[in-house]
Amino acid sequence: MALPGLRARCRTAATLGIQCTSKRSCIGGQGQGQDQSKTRPGAQPPPGSRSAALYVHWPYCEKRCYYCNFNKYIPRRLDEDAMRTCLVQEATTLLKLSGVQRINSVFFGGGTPSLASPYTVASVLEAIAQNTHLPAKAEVTLEANPTSSKASRLAAFQVAGINRISIGIQSLDDTELQLLGRTHSASEALGTLEEARRLYPGRTSVDLMFGLPGQQVEPWLGQLQELLSRCDDHVSLYQLTLERGTTLFAQVQRGTLPSPDPETAAQMYQDGREVLREAGFRQYEVSNFARNEALSSHNWTYWQGGQYIGVGPGAHGRFVPQGDGGSLREARIQTLEPDNWMKEVSVFGHGTRKRVPLGELELLEEVLALGLRTDIGITHQHWLQFEPHLSLWEVFGESEEVRELQSQGLLLLDPRGLRCSWKGLAVLDTILLRLLLQLQNAWENRSPPTFKVTKSGAASPRGDSCFKYDLD
Amino acid sequence: MLARLGPGPGHRGAWVARATLGTLWGRLPMADLAAPFSPRLEKNPAFRVIPCRTHNYTDQTERMDMSKFPVENIRNFGIIAHVDHGKSTLADRLLELTGTITKTDHNKQVLDKLQVERERGITVKAQTASLFYNYKGKVYLLNLIDTPGHVDFSYEVSRSLSACQGVLLVVDANEGIQAQTVANFFLAFEAQLSIIPVINKIDLKNADPERVGKQIEKMFDIPSDDCIKISAKLGTNVEKVLQAVIERIAPPKANRENPLKALVFDSTFDQYRGVIANVALFDGIVSKGNKIVSAHTEKIYEVNEVGILSPDEQLTQKLYAGQVGYLIAGMKDVTEAQIGDTLYLHKQPVEPLPGFKSAKPMVFAGMYPIDQSEYNNLKSAIEKLTLNDSSVMVHRDSSLALGAGWRLGFLGLLHMEVFNQRLEQEYNASVILTTPTVPYKAVLSSAKLIKEYREKEITIINPAQFPDKSKVTEYLEPVVLGTIITPDEYTGKIMTLCLARRAVQKNMVFIDQNRVMLKYLFPLNEIVVDFYDSLKSLSSGYASFDYEDAGYQTADLVKMDILLNGSPVEELVTIVHKEKAHPIGKAICERLKDTIPRQLFEIAIQAAIGSKIIARETVKAYRKNVLAKCYGGDITRKMKLLKRQAEGKKRMRKVGNIEVPKDAFIKVLKRQPDK
Repeated sequence: MALPGLRARCRTAATLGIQCTSKRSCIGGQGQGQDQSKTRPGAQPPPGSRSAALYVHWPYCEKRCYYCNFNKYIPRRLDEDAMRTCLVQEATTLLKLSGVQRINSVFFGGGTPSLASPYTVASVLEAIAQNTHLPAKAEVTLEANPTSSKASRLAAFQVAGINRISIGIQSLDDTELQLLGRTHSASEALGTLEEARRLYPGRTSVDLMFGLPGQQVEPWLGQLQELLSRCDDHVSLYQLTLERGTTLFAQVQRGTLPSPDPETAAQMYQDGREVLREAGFRQYEVSNFARNEALSSHNWTYWQGGQYIGVGPGAHGRFVPQGDGGSLREARIQTLEPDNWMKEVSVFGHGTRKRVPLGELELLEEVLALGLRTDIGITHQHWLQFEPHLSLWEVFGESEEVRELQSQGLLLLDPRGLRCSWKGLAVLDTILLRLLLQLQNAWENRSPPTFKVTKSGAASPRGDSCFKYDLD
Repeated sequence: MLARLGPGPGHRGAWVARATLGTLWGRLPMADLAAPFSPRLEKNPAFRVIPCRTHNYTDQTERMDMSKFPVENIRNFGIIAHVDHGKSTLADRLLELTGTITKTDHNKQVLDKLQVERERGITVKAQTASLFYNYKGKVYLLNLIDTPGHVDFSYEVSRSLSACQGVLLVVDANEGIQAQTVANFFLAFEAQLSIIPVINKIDLKNADPERVGKQIEKMFDIPSDDCIKISAKLGTNVEKVLQAVIERIAPPKANRENPLKALVFDSTFDQYRGVIANVALFDGIVSKGNKIVSAHTEKIYEVNEVGILSPDEQLTQKLYAGQVGYLIAGMKDVTEAQIGDTLYLHKQPVEPLPGFKSAKPMVFAGMYPIDQSEYNNLKSAIEKLTLNDSSVMVHRDSSLALGAGWRLGFLGLLHMEVFNQRLEQEYNASVILTTPTVPYKAVLSSAKLIKEYREKEITIINPAQFPDKSKVTEYLEPVVLGTIITPDEYTGKIMTLCLARRAVQKNMVFIDQNRVMLKYLFPLNEIVVDFYDSLKSLSSGYASFDYEDAGYQTADLVKMDILLNGSPVEELVTIVHKEKAHPIGKAICERLKDTIPRQLFEIAIQAAIGSKIIARETVKAYRKNVLAKCYGGDITRKMKLLKRQAEGKKRMRKVGNIEVPKDAFIKVLKRQPDK
């Protein structure tokens, strides 16, 4: 699949993508600030940087979708005031702990965050702004469900500070929407899309799923075409993953629904990527497509190994607790269950349930696994920010397996860095196994090994009893 | 020969009941020692009893005087039966009736001591019990030699029977004659033993002793009136059995005045006392202090201890011609007391008893620890088990896929299963057992090879040794004569099955109106894997099967390679009959297809004979394998999964550039589970 023309296009797009991020911030004055692009041409914060993305988890839904195993709850009686207070409290605590000087993006995910009141959203944003620098035009995304996002609400969210909307359309076929357990129809979804585009022009994203039980390639491509005629500048295509514990999983197990065919899904993915490319979209990540440089800068931070703070029940974070004198990045998970989380936040100021300091190798493994999901992959410069003493060439340059992957047209290692080909991106998880083993190998054989003693205990301000130290 | 265990669960000492032979000798030392270990306690698996050994009280002076039992008061007999026809239950009743063991509710298969024996309802290990029975004013010594009931142990059966003058042929009144009944009958018949037919389980609702009597008359030419109809379970007519033993079985032809001639018909190993040989005295007398010689090894030993088994070891002063008992003489290894060997007094050599042969394994299988770290534990377990079973052939072996292990040779399939089950049950070892194979032979034509092997006819155990067709005159495969007894409604299906297994029909007779006995000559390799299961399932469990060794026959054998994208997989080379190459090759390819994960390129799985491809399966290349959503909350889980997969990848075996998980090899090589 590695057609020369295609590669050339990707490269151009990739290069443009980086330039345009800063260009957009100049023209629109939004998102990534000047200082950022000055110090970091790769547009990603180095491990110990003083900036981060912030994720807020709204754990409630109206109804459980049949495919979703996410951390979400169907509340009987929701005390939004208490929830708001706790989100604000935890955001404040964690921001202080992180010691970050700026938040580049905020993402309200869930759950169904569009069910929260705009006032709650505003309160959290206010808390962030009070504790650190939140540029006025920083990307602030809200995940929205078509049924809970009437025009008036979308407008109210805008007033509250939201400037990007991601709509979970999932399908334009009402039968499929029922199969998925969605509460909206295709026409409702399109209506919401239209409203959102009016309010958030150039900053509206849509999700479309593929690989559903019984779904055929052609009709699905029809849906994609229809969506393309209506959508804005950002599309996410997600292959259905049958998760244990979901209704859909049980139905397939029982045989009441056919098992999704992987060959069909692979075909949809291939065709879908083609269609989007022809429509001028850049596939900047495995499942994400943007045109007019409308990439999600929040998600881009994840894939570039940037710091992020997770606020809310079950939210995950990756940051250095510099406010507490820490120097190692930690993987953090907040308490899952909303009521327990709220109790912990009200007692300790946060609901961090688990903190795992990431070793140097572990961080590099994440940088590798995440970075390769993007079209630009991992540039040499980007890699060196995380590991100045062991270059990508040193790690992968001599590997027989890497050479094999290159000759198969799946992977590229060149003066720009390490990245998947168009074909390779579709089988990244297979490629990653080899690369991870190669990285571990190179890490063990690097010279001279450095050992750092970590004292994670020093990182907790209070409430040590609720922390679980997991140092494996 | 499978052997009794050394100290451990299920050992003989564990069940010992109060022996009440008081009328003869008054108090027996064994009784007191054994009393705390009542059979009741043995039922509780948590209560493991350290077996008490007779050597603990060798200082006791009270030793039985066996001279009181002249030949004419002795009867040596065995019990032969098809599985589950009640042999062991009958033995329990005989032991109770003669007061050898106390009559309780707990005497269940007293002579079957291994867990595997009780579970499977089979006797693996010959056991012996000397019974004392008062009949018409005379005390008789009745030696019950409980033989293994399966053809795998037919050599042991034949040796045990050679110590007998008669047998009880037990047939289930409901099931009638079964394949094993026939095989056992002929063994006894050929040994010219008196045969007493016993129709058991007459208490069952569907019992039809008349019909079974007629079957016996027709098949074995024994008048149906001679059958004793009993219920061993309830004890009905069991006394008549004892009387028939005395009246219908001749005393042994033996003479105390002749020099010692003793047959070793069983042996066990005790870690403190060495080899305990079970012997039948054909002539002469043996006592402590005698110097004896093994006719097979010509080694000389001094007898430390003699005694009888009742069924526990009871010291005696001497053993006399016609009697059966045990002997300990400083033998260090069971191979020094091989079954069938003859013992005689030093400097008084005798003509050895006929029929001795070394154990000949007929079924081979690889055995590997599931985890290589278990290698040493498994090694020691195998060593302990084979200490008592010299018929298991052990060769160290190693496989690229399965690691270090062994190639074991067994007498037959049941022997293999029993060995495996004992490893699991008694030593808690879990193993990978590979598909069993049989020993093929090749008659060499190449002078160079003949010189190399120093013989013209070679036995091939490992497919890697298979000589090329251009260098051999012919290949040979082992064959067995199989007996199948079935209700006639299944005859058609069974004949089809046999035909598919390359079997040649030799005989077919109706044993009554609706039961048929079929005789087929089977290539052994056709029945070693799943024949018995197929037979049972297509006859709803009614057909029975047994076989006996029938030598070798010419066979069109070929070596089949399995290729992955053209690279041969060393551990999957198989020797197959040409006719079967296609279905076997196809089955292996299919199993591999199911277990080799998709990779970045297409994988051709092929079975090949020489350069000719006979079967092919394809594993398609991965077209898509990437997690759809990988955001902040997904990273931890994804990294964990990736690392686990990377660890698994490390353990994969590379064939060419294809990664094959160990599971794939296990799935192909492992003995397929019973259907």
